[in-house]
Amino acid sequence: MSRPRERRTNRPTRWWSGAGLAAMAALPVLVLGVFFVLPVAGMVGRGFFSSGSLDVGGVLEVLGRPRVHRVVWFTVWSSTAATALTVGLGLPVTYVLHRLRFPGRRLLRGFVLMPFVMPTVVVGVAFRTLLTPTGLLGGLHLDGTPVAIIAAMVFFNLAVVVRTVGALWEGVDRRREEAAAALGASPVQVLRTVTLPALLPGIVAAAGIVFLFCATSFGIVLTLGGLRYSTVETEIYLLTTQFLDLRAASALSVLQLVVVALLLYVAQRTGSGDPQVLDRTAERESSRRPRRGDASAVLVTAVVLLFLAAPLGTLVLRSLHRGGGWTLANYRALTTRGEGGALLVPVSQALDNSWRVAVDATLLAMVLGILVAAVVSARPGGRLGRRALAVLDGVFMLPLGVSAVTLGFGFLITLDRPPLDLRSSAYLVPIAQALVALPLVVRTLAPVLRSVDPRQRQAAASLGASPVRVALTVDLPALWRPLLAATGFAFAVSLGEFGATSFLARPERPTLPVEIYQLVSRPGEQNVGMALAASVVLGVLTAGVMVLVERLRTPPVGRW
Amino acid sequence: MLEVRNATVAFEGASAPAVDHVDLDLPAGDVLAVLGPSGSGKSTLLRAVAGLEPLATGSVKYDGRDLARVPTHRRGFALMFQDGQLFPHHSVAGNVGYALRLRHAPSAVVARRVGELLALVGLPGFGDRSITGLSGGERQRVALARALAVEPRLLLLDEPLSALDRGMRERLAHDLRDILVAAGTTALLVTHDQEEAFAVADRMALMRAGRVVQAGTVEEVWRAPADAEAARFLGYATVLVGPAASLLLAAGGGRGRSGGPADGRDAVALRRSALRVAAGGPLRGRVLASRPTPGAARLTVVVDGVGEVHAVAEPGTVPPAVGEEVHLVVDLTRTAPLREDGADGRTS
Amino acid sequence: MSTSLRRAALAAATASIAMVSACAVGGGAGSDATSAARAKTVVVATHDSWAMSKSVLKQFTARTGYSVRVQPNGDVGQLTNKLVLTKGSPIADMTYGIDNTFASRAVDEGVLATYRPGRQAASATAYRLHDPAEAAALTPVDYGDVCVNADDVWFRKHHLAPPRTLDDLLRPAYKNLFVTPGAATSSPGLAFLLATIARYGDGWPAYWQKLMANGTKLTSGWSDAYDVDFTAGGGHGDRPLVLSYASSPPFTIPKGGDRPTTSSLLQTCFRQVEYAGVLKGAADPAGAKAFIDFMTQKAFQRELPDNMYVYPVDDRVALPTLWKKYAQTAAHPFTVPPATIAKNRDRWLRQWGDITSR
Repeated sequence: MSRPRERRTNRPTRWWSGAGLAAMAALPVLVLGVFFVLPVAGMVGRGFFSSGSLDVGGVLEVLGRPRVHRVVWFTVWSSTAATALTVGLGLPVTYVLHRLRFPGRRLLRGFVLMPFVMPTVVVGVAFRTLLTPTGLLGGLHLDGTPVAIIAAMVFFNLAVVVRTVGALWEGVDRRREEAAAALGASPVQVLRTVTLPALLPGIVAAAGIVFLFCATSFGIVLTLGGLRYSTVETEIYLLTTQFLDLRAASALSVLQLVVVALLLYVAQRTGSGDPQVLDRTAERESSRRPRRGDASAVLVTAVVLLFLAAPLGTLVLRSLHRGGGWTLANYRALTTRGEGGALLVPVSQALDNSWRVAVDATLLAMVLGILVAAVVSARPGGRLGRRALAVLDGVFMLPLGVSAVTLGFGFLITLDRPPLDLRSSAYLVPIAQALVALPLVVRTLAPVLRSVDPRQRQAAASLGASPVRVALTVDLPALWRPLLAATGFAFAVSLGEFGATSFLARPERPTLPVEIYQLVSRPGEQNVGMALAASVVLGVLTAGVMVLVERLRTPPVGRW
Repeated sequence: MLEVRNATVAFEGASAPAVDHVDLDLPAGDVLAVLGPSGSGKSTLLRAVAGLEPLATGSVKYDGRDLARVPTHRRGFALMFQDGQLFPHHSVAGNVGYALRLRHAPSAVVARRVGELLALVGLPGFGDRSITGLSGGERQRVALARALAVEPRLLLLDEPLSALDRGMRERLAHDLRDILVAAGTTALLVTHDQEEAFAVADRMALMRAGRVVQAGTVEEVWRAPADAEAARFLGYATVLVGPAASLLLAAGGGRGRSGGPADGRDAVALRRSALRVAAGGPLRGRVLASRPTPGAARLTVVVDGVGEVHAVAEPGTVPPAVGEEVHLVVDLTRTAPLREDGADGRTS
Repeated sequence: MSTSLRRAALAAATASIAMVSACAVGGGAGSDATSAARAKTVVVATHDSWAMSKSVLKQFTARTGYSVRVQPNGDVGQLTNKLVLTKGSPIADMTYGIDNTFASRAVDEGVLATYRPGRQAASATAYRLHDPAEAAALTPVDYGDVCVNADDVWFRKHHLAPPRTLDDLLRPAYKNLFVTPGAATSSPGLAFLLATIARYGDGWPAYWQKLMANGTKLTSGWSDAYDVDFTAGGGHGDRPLVLSYASSPPFTIPKGGDRPTTSSLLQTCFRQVEYAGVLKGAADPAGAKAFIDFMTQKAFQRELPDNMYVYPVDDRVALPTLWKKYAQTAAHPFTVPPATIAKNRDRWLRQWGDITSR
């Protein structure tokens, strides 16, 4: 059905003038430029100029290798499958946890987030403990198969879907669905014709993020694939850290960037082509008690929760076990430096470090995220302006799509001389983590901001409200819940981040995941036990933060 | 024919049920307005009829069939909300034809029917427009067309006009009435606005604190409000109780509650124009305030033995000044006797 | 109204908490910087397995006035490559942990300055690198043997004699019993590959084909193999043969017991020697030299077994009792000259990758 584009109400809201937008974008762009573009460009440049002059032929040679083709193909199909599964399973869970009201809902929401921050190396151990022939699920013969890899990807990323889509779903007025039901739409038809279209921007955003996380995960692939499967990310890792083949690594990094850019472009086309204005009766409690019709969603959710609980349960059980008996010794040992002084500082101190870093990183991610979200959700009049914003929107997603190895080494070789002698700065860790969290923050906030009816802003402005007041009175009320969701999310990302942090953390200030990794790679039953106990602490802490953040939400106003 | 019997809807944690043992009848082809202040439970009642809220007690029947086990989408009703709840990802035609497409109607049929419906609601040629470009009134018309598309056996309207400005509301109210009558639609309308109810409905039920306090034809309810609060809610400007009421009834030559002469135990509701300034009228008072309007001037008068009441000056005459002594006549056709006393005495 | 007030209060509270705790990191960094300026510090780039008791490091500080700042940088491969990439702008004053499998790359890339401590134990000479340029830049500190370990309890229970040699691993009796970390992702894994190359020469690919055909399982890292798949590890896996270290058995002495339940197969060992060296362009070469000297002295050498599970190059230092009993090293370990490794590593690893991945 063709229809003329109705731009009457989608015109630029006056208060984001072009110059204002540019000013708001300046800080995030600067941070991204110094802490992402510069290091990655430095690293890629090394590879391209390895023989002293630009070596395009060499790079093309790398891309022509059959092994590279195999690796790219495996990356694309495994990530696509994992993304589809994550979204498919994530939506019913999101529905149950964000649209239905039942006791313990908050705890479950926190629980769903736990896997997201679990250190890969520990989850790898937990998954494999389940999957080895002697394990609980050994009969499935999944150890060392792509199925195990994809299952782990789903395990880690489910939280992304639940959080990103959940924030949007809560804001969708249930009455629109009720109107459809009253017009004769069956529950499935309501879902297909009303709910999903309203959630589409959030789903696409979440799917994009999940895909990037899957495509750049390397611990899972190496651990669960039994070294038989390689992704672009593991290949870059091996080429850089083992072979020192920077040319090949750079070629793959560029390939990664191109694929990510392509993906973002496609996502942009499908997701946010026509921003939806949601009729937001914000104060209305949009969740209700479960009914008979929710049975299938509840069933899927129960299965998914079991799937999440199995590896986590394995972790908890193993953390409570030592020397053939049940004990809390592994937890008590968290105040020590481990068996044989495996650690530079006790785990408890690393926890303290993690906490501080997370606060800084969250703060930074939120400031940058709000700025970026505000800028990219503006609706400039010109075609050029819209293009520019679309590009900007994508650029801030890139940190998720680039190998942590490339970024980490890039930091080392580019930020080593004045004025940017930051290599050993303690600020690098929160900054890097903020860059990883930023896309999640933007992706949580931007769909909501886009969905605010611009006429509300115009109305407020016409009543004499200054731009700041418009933001406070129109945007903030709509954003309140997503803001909390994004804050908690950024915090979780920071607490769980390992890839970049392991490169940048100063040894005397390790974060918890870094120490868990160190513990796991040392001999001694106590060290492994401590690693497991520390992972449980990390997970519980994160879940706790999430539950607390949930509590900050305004209580629903009584129904009338 | 819709029959609601003994219906109760209770929300978790609420001190009283939102809908409290309600009975309601709606003959086919009629339009019933449930009128009540916000918080009276009227919207909840509507949602219960639609199958969106489970009943704690009682039943909802249509044409004799109990709907308890019939989910919303199988009831053959249509629901229209105050703010339309149009689907923003569809055009106007996409919205109107939504229910037809659900039933897999051929696209030619959908297109024809959409055209008819848009013409019916006064928006011919709007089919290709985007929802975001419509005014509030246009949106409600689209929502109405969408609801009518499947010829629902019962149309449920939740404050369909409340979000609109006054002029639009009045115009659309009359259009709504005409459209419903033209289509022969049975409709249940929920509103807090008595004008809307009068303009659209054949029958009326007054709701308060979850209960239906009065039901009947619009005429019946209007003629004899159940009590002072009902009268006030129906738009009566003043309610008088006791001797003041009796005095006023007597001045108008009316009868008291007992059927005999007014005896000091009466209650009466007055419209603004129930008292009119006229030389030699039986009541006497002093003007407190006077405001000209396009029709008659509106006065506030302190009447001896009655107190402060509203009155109008005769159209075409010079309205009396503030402080002036005036005589008033009572127009009994603009008063309504109350069946019960208002507990809180007189008010304006 | 009250809800919006509540929100405002919450927002204010959240913001102020954030403010208070913000710059927590920055504050710490500042104080560190000043203390670094006051005292002389030697920065050591090393691998993640670094561990040393604080008292020994204090001893060094007391003796020289230098405090030690340790900078772990992943495994040996990552460490070496980081040093190569930051050549000319080194991230530390010296490095410890480059082993004979990566020594040539570090030296060839010109990352290291020449330095050799004045006096080192006579036994240390045996661990020196043969290439003169390499020997001039890298000082041996410790060594360890990477060997196949067997779960003796399991073998007793199954009335099977454990294997003894690399050849034995190909026997059908040991089908599906062996797990090893991969050579591309793990330094012990690489050591095992080198052991097979030392043993079979150009015939190693054939050996590996048979090894894989005999059901060998690969994991990405040592901990994965030992903690998940090994029958005597924490995960109670299903494989009684695992690639680990000669020093691993003492860790399997059960609570209350006095003997390990595992042993290493000393005819399967590859010897790794770890070196220390001064980085070219170091900010404080004098401090680096002082710490390398210290590392070769008894006070430090004595602590190596308990902290890093490696053997001191100074044989005058007594090993822990349990080590003497249960963690013997191989009499004739496999070795490959570092220069040969440097020349062929990438080719070998690619070949190995082709054989082991399907």
